[in-house]
Amino acid sequence: MTPHFGLPEFGFLLRGLQWTVLLTLVAFAGGCTAGLAVALLRTCGHKGVEWATRIYIGIFQGTPLLLQLFVVYYGLALTGLKLDAFVAVAIGFTVNASAFLGEIWRGAIEAVPRGQTEAAMALGLHYSSRMRDIVLPQAIRISLPATIGYLVQLIKGTSLAAIVGFIELARAGQIVSNQTFQPLLVFGVVGAMYFILCWPLSWWGSRMEARLALASQR
Amino acid sequence: MGYTLDFSVVWHAMPALLWGCVGTLGLALAGMTLAMVIGVAGVAARDSKAAWLRAIVIGFVEVVRNTPFLVQIFFLFFALPLIGLKLNPTATAIIALGVNGGAYAIEIIRGGVQSIHKGQVEAGYALGLHKGQVFRFIVLKPALRAIYPSLTGQFIMLTLTSSICSAVSAYELTSVAQRIESDTFRSFEVYFSVTFLYLAISWLLMLGFAAISHRFFSYPTR
Repeated sequence: MTPHFGLPEFGFLLRGLQWTVLLTLVAFAGGCTAGLAVALLRTCGHKGVEWATRIYIGIFQGTPLLLQLFVVYYGLALTGLKLDAFVAVAIGFTVNASAFLGEIWRGAIEAVPRGQTEAAMALGLHYSSRMRDIVLPQAIRISLPATIGYLVQLIKGTSLAAIVGFIELARAGQIVSNQTFQPLLVFGVVGAMYFILCWPLSWWGSRMEARLALASQR
Repeated sequence: MGYTLDFSVVWHAMPALLWGCVGTLGLALAGMTLAMVIGVAGVAARDSKAAWLRAIVIGFVEVVRNTPFLVQIFFLFFALPLIGLKLNPTATAIIALGVNGGAYAIEIIRGGVQSIHKGQVEAGYALGLHKGQVFRFIVLKPALRAIYPSLTGQFIMLTLTSSICSAVSAYELTSVAQRIESDTFRSFEVYFSVTFLYLAISWLLMLGFAAISHRFFSYPTR
């Protein structure tokens, strides 16, 4: 007997949605921390370090997220550490996020007018205070639309955890679809759940972008 | 412990992997071609007088851009047979890539068309150019130039996205890699090497696109 798509199946999808949100939050938090380090190294002024971070970013931008996940997932398995699937994929997404956010914030840091840094230097502020109090607050404002854009990418990207077997929303959808033989309904619902998650963020991001564009026109 | 890396399996499988690269490029090229068709048609429909047509295009773009490609390809995989299209996985993957890329292409092309100032067209007519010339030299070429970086960037992204088509076992690099992995159990070695094959593909594409841009679009604008 095949079950129909009913409340229990919907509940299963909702639990998958929970894992999608959790995975996104963990990877975004980790990616923000590591991405800030990448952005600062990328703009530190030391040629060798800047090149190294540039290559790091280039590798993540030039390869498929799915393959990055595979490499991290199977690479971690080789180290002999017995990691939970959630931890393994979270590490994969965090590393990816660090490269993309690092590049976004590099652009934002460089978009802050040079005079701001020069004025801070003239006032005798050292590097950490110059960054923390002068440059980064302005850079964050500039980078917000792109950062939100990446967050949407990340939510959609977590669906790839399904392929390495972690049960989040997309994998839950596959399972329910195989049980109920109602793939169109199930993937329709799954798609709608992703849409409800992503669309408000996209809308917010593009509205902010329009506002920033208006502000910089003056 | 005691695991020693063995890349010789990758070396032996290199011919199959290189054919996988060809498959990936073919898939991406076919997908991008379809995406361009959808993109141009979508832009025309997006600015049409019929409100319902505009609404459909806007809805299409928003839905595609705010849902994962994996869910899209699964949906199409089951939906296409229902409308009478019984296709093999590779053809399904091409349609999925085309639909996905098309939504992004609509936004990009629309931006390019909007970047052409109306005064430029009027100036063209004032200089005595006929309609075909105005379209070719004043609308098409500058618009292409304006959208070229984002369009080629999108093409590279689509090439990387095509790896997800392995989920419906379309013929491309990642599915070839998965087959080799299940034959040899050398997961890390295979995927590590394949990652760098993708990197090589995207670098080659980037270089190629830069060369084309240099050949056709390097003229002064002021």
